[in-house]
Amino acid sequence: MASLRELSQKEVLFTGGHRLCAGCPAPIVVKQALLAAPRAPIIVQPTCCLEISSAVFPYTAWKTPYYHNAFENAAAVASGIEAAVKALKKRGKLDAGKDYYIICIGGDGGTYDIGFQALSGMLERGHRVLYICYDNGAYMNTGIQRSGATPYGAWTTTSHVGEAQKGKQQHRKDLAWIAAAHGAYVANASLHNWRDFMRKVEKALNYEGSSFINIQAPCPRGWRFPENMTVEIARLGTETCFYPLFEVEDRGQKWVINYTPKNKLPITEYLKPQGRFAHFFQKDNEYLIEEFQAEVDRRWEHLQRLAKMSAE
Amino acid sequence: MVQINNAIRKLDKGALPVWYEIPLGGTLVSEGSTEYKTGGWRTKRPIWDPEDCSHCLICWIYCPEMAIQVKDGKITGIDTTLCKGCGICAQECPRDKAMTMAEGGDY
Amino acid sequence: MRKTIGLTGDGAAAEAMRQIDPDVVAAYPITPQTEIVERFAEFVAEGSVRTELVAVESEHSAMSACCGSSAAGARTITCTSSQGLALMHEVLYIAAGNRHPIVLINVNRTLSAPINIHNDQSDSLGSRDCGWIQLYCEGAQEVYDTVIQAVRIAEDPAVLLPVMVCLDGFVVSHNVEPINVLDDQEVKDFVGEFRPAYSLLDTENPVCLGNLTLPEYFFEHKYSQAYALEQSKGVIESVDQEFGAKFGRSYGIVEGYRLEDAEIAIVTLGSMVGTARAVTDELRSQGVKAGVLKIRCYRPFPIDEVVAALKNIKAAAVMEKALSPGAPGPAVFSDVLGALYHKGVHVNLISYVAGLGGRDVPARSIRRVYEHLEKIASSGRVDRILNYLDLRGWQ
Repeated sequence: MASLRELSQKEVLFTGGHRLCAGCPAPIVVKQALLAAPRAPIIVQPTCCLEISSAVFPYTAWKTPYYHNAFENAAAVASGIEAAVKALKKRGKLDAGKDYYIICIGGDGGTYDIGFQALSGMLERGHRVLYICYDNGAYMNTGIQRSGATPYGAWTTTSHVGEAQKGKQQHRKDLAWIAAAHGAYVANASLHNWRDFMRKVEKALNYEGSSFINIQAPCPRGWRFPENMTVEIARLGTETCFYPLFEVEDRGQKWVINYTPKNKLPITEYLKPQGRFAHFFQKDNEYLIEEFQAEVDRRWEHLQRLAKMSAE
Repeated sequence: MVQINNAIRKLDKGALPVWYEIPLGGTLVSEGSTEYKTGGWRTKRPIWDPEDCSHCLICWIYCPEMAIQVKDGKITGIDTTLCKGCGICAQECPRDKAMTMAEGGDY
Repeated sequence: MRKTIGLTGDGAAAEAMRQIDPDVVAAYPITPQTEIVERFAEFVAEGSVRTELVAVESEHSAMSACCGSSAAGARTITCTSSQGLALMHEVLYIAAGNRHPIVLINVNRTLSAPINIHNDQSDSLGSRDCGWIQLYCEGAQEVYDTVIQAVRIAEDPAVLLPVMVCLDGFVVSHNVEPINVLDDQEVKDFVGEFRPAYSLLDTENPVCLGNLTLPEYFFEHKYSQAYALEQSKGVIESVDQEFGAKFGRSYGIVEGYRLEDAEIAIVTLGSMVGTARAVTDELRSQGVKAGVLKIRCYRPFPIDEVVAALKNIKAAAVMEKALSPGAPGPAVFSDVLGALYHKGVHVNLISYVAGLGGRDVPARSIRRVYEHLEKIASSGRVDRILNYLDLRGWQ
C-alpha cells in the first residue's frame, strides 16, 4: 500500500464543487476508492445523496466515466456494462488486453433494500464489478427514513421515538453475510481506516468475479452529530465492534478479521455522541443499550467463531 | 463524441440553453465541478499553520471537498472557494496548532 | 442464401436476432415471449452468435442491464411481454431519456389482474408515453423484417431512441408461417456497425450521464427527446424503403388496404389487420365499399398519413385490444380522433375495444363492426361512440 505522500501525487478523479453536506462521508469514501483504483474506473450509481449532489446538470464532480440510471438497479446496470466489455473485446472493438474496472457506489437504501434483488443477481452471475455500499444506515437523501441498515433503536423520520415506540424495532440486516453466501469477495470497511479500505478496494478490483464492500459512513445530518466528527464516529463504530473490519474470501469459506480492538469499548461510547440514540440515555430506557450491546456482542462473537473456523 | 454545448456554459452569464442546445441525453464531459463554488457555505473556517504542520496528509485523505492543496507531498494551502468548513481536518489533525477552526466563513 | 422456412413469430424474431448478432442481449423469460430467449440461448450455446447473453433476475434488471450495455457502446436487444414490460416501465422512460438505441421485442399479452397469459395490447399501449418508437407487426414475416429494420432506426444518428417491436402473443408469436429469411451476410450488411455517440468505456474521454436535471433544464431536455421521436418518422420510412428496395418487402408507416374509394373503414394494428383484410375482401365482393387502415408505426403517431387515409371515409371504427378505463376513449381511438382534429377533418369515428385477454376476434365479429359502420354511413349519425366487441351482457 502506497503512503499518503505517494497517493497525493495521484489525481483524484472526483473534485470539490459537489453539493453534499459539509462533513459528508460519501466523498471521503469516493476519494479513497478512486485513489485505490487504476485510472478511470467506470462508476455506476443508484439514486442516492452522492448521485444527486455530484452530477447536477450541467456540472459533474466526476473526472471518470459515470452513469446513473435509477434507484434499485445499479448492480444490473453495471452487469450490462460488464457484458458490453466482454462482448466488445470478443469482437476486437476494445483492446482485449486492457482491464476495465467497474465500480458501483450506492447508499444503503439502494443496496440493502430496493436494490437488493439487482445486487443479488449481479453477485450470483459473478460479473466482474465491485459494489461499494457507503452505509449511513438510513435513507438520508429523502430525509433520514429507516432502512434495512438502520441499527436497532435508532431514531429516524419513519421510526420515531415516543410513548409507544422507541426508535427502530429491528436490528439491522447483516448484508455482508448475505453477500458472502453468493461466493463473492466481501469486505467490511470503515472510512477512518483508509489503509484497510483501500487495500480491500485494490484486492476487489483484481478479483476475477463480483465483490462487495460495505463501508461505514457516518452521516452528521442523519445521525445527529457535529459535522467535524464524521471520521471519529466511524472510529468509535469499529472500536466498539459495532462495525468490525473483516473480509471474506474463497467463496464465502474464509473469514478474516482485519482489526481487533485492544480494548473493545462499550457501545455507549459509540451511541452517546449521536443524537439519534439520545433516548437510549433517558430514564427507563437502559434496556435499549443492553439489547444493542447484546446484539453487537452476538455478531462480534459469531464473526470471531467464523474467523477461527476459517483459520483451522 | 458527445457535443458539449458552449450554451451550457452560458449558465453563469445568465442565458440558459434552448432545447436544441441540450447535449444528447443530457450527457456531460466528466471534467470536475470546481467551477461550482461551495466556499460560501462556510460558517467556520480552517486555519492552517505551516509552521506547525508536519505534512502527514491526514487532513488531505479525509477532506470531503478535495480542498486541501498538496504539491510534491506537501500541503500548500486550502482551496477556500471549495471548503465548506466542516472541520474534519482540524478534528483529525494529530498536532495542536497545524489546523484549527475559527468562527466565521470569511477569510 | 435466402430461404423460406416455417417459423413462429417468436422464432422469426429469434432468427432475426441471430443474424443481427447483437453485442449484448439481457432478457428474462415470460410467456409468450419465452421461445425467443430460449432459441437465442441455443444460438449462444452452439456458438452461432458472439453475443453476451445476460440471463438477468428480472425484467427490471433486463432493461437496466440494456441501458448499461448501450451506454457502454454495445448494440443491445431484449424481449419481453406483459408483466415484464410493466416491470420495466420505470426504466423504459430512462432508456428513452438517456437516448439509448435499444431494440425491445414485445410479445403482446394482457396485464394482470386477473392473471391471464393471452394476447391483447394493454402492455405496450400502456407504455405509449415512455418515449419509445413503437412498431406493430401483422404477421411473423413482418416481425422478422421489422426487428432488422429496428436496429437501423434506433441507431440512426438523427434518432438515437429505443424501438419497441410488437407482435400479438400466441396469434403471431406461436403460429408457424412460411418466412423468407435473408442471407446472414445481407442482414449484417443492412444493419451495419453500431457507431455510438459516446461510450462509458472510452476512458480517455470520460462522459457523465444520467445527471440530476433541475427545473432550469429538465423541460428542454425532455422536449429535445420528444422532438427526436417526432423526427424519427422520416427515418422509419426511409429504412423501410431501403429494406424494400433491397429485399422486396416494405410496410410503410401506415398501410391503407382498399381505402382509395372506401366509404367505411376499420383502423387497427397488429394481427387484427389480417382478419380485417379478409372481411374487407368478402364485403367488396358483395359490393360494400369497405377498407382497412393498418397503423404499423404507432409512436411517433403518423398524423398526416392517418388523416390523409381517412379524410374521405364516411364512417370509421378504431379497433384495439386495450382499455383505457375512465378515459373519453381508448388509446388508439383517442389518437386517431386527435389527428383528425389537428387537420380539421371530420369523420364519423367510433371505437371498438376487442379481444381482451386473448378473446378471439373472428371474421364474423369484424363483419358486425362493418355493419355498424354501414348504418352510420347511411344515416350520417353516430349512435354510440364507445363499443365493446363480443362482450357478454353489453348491448
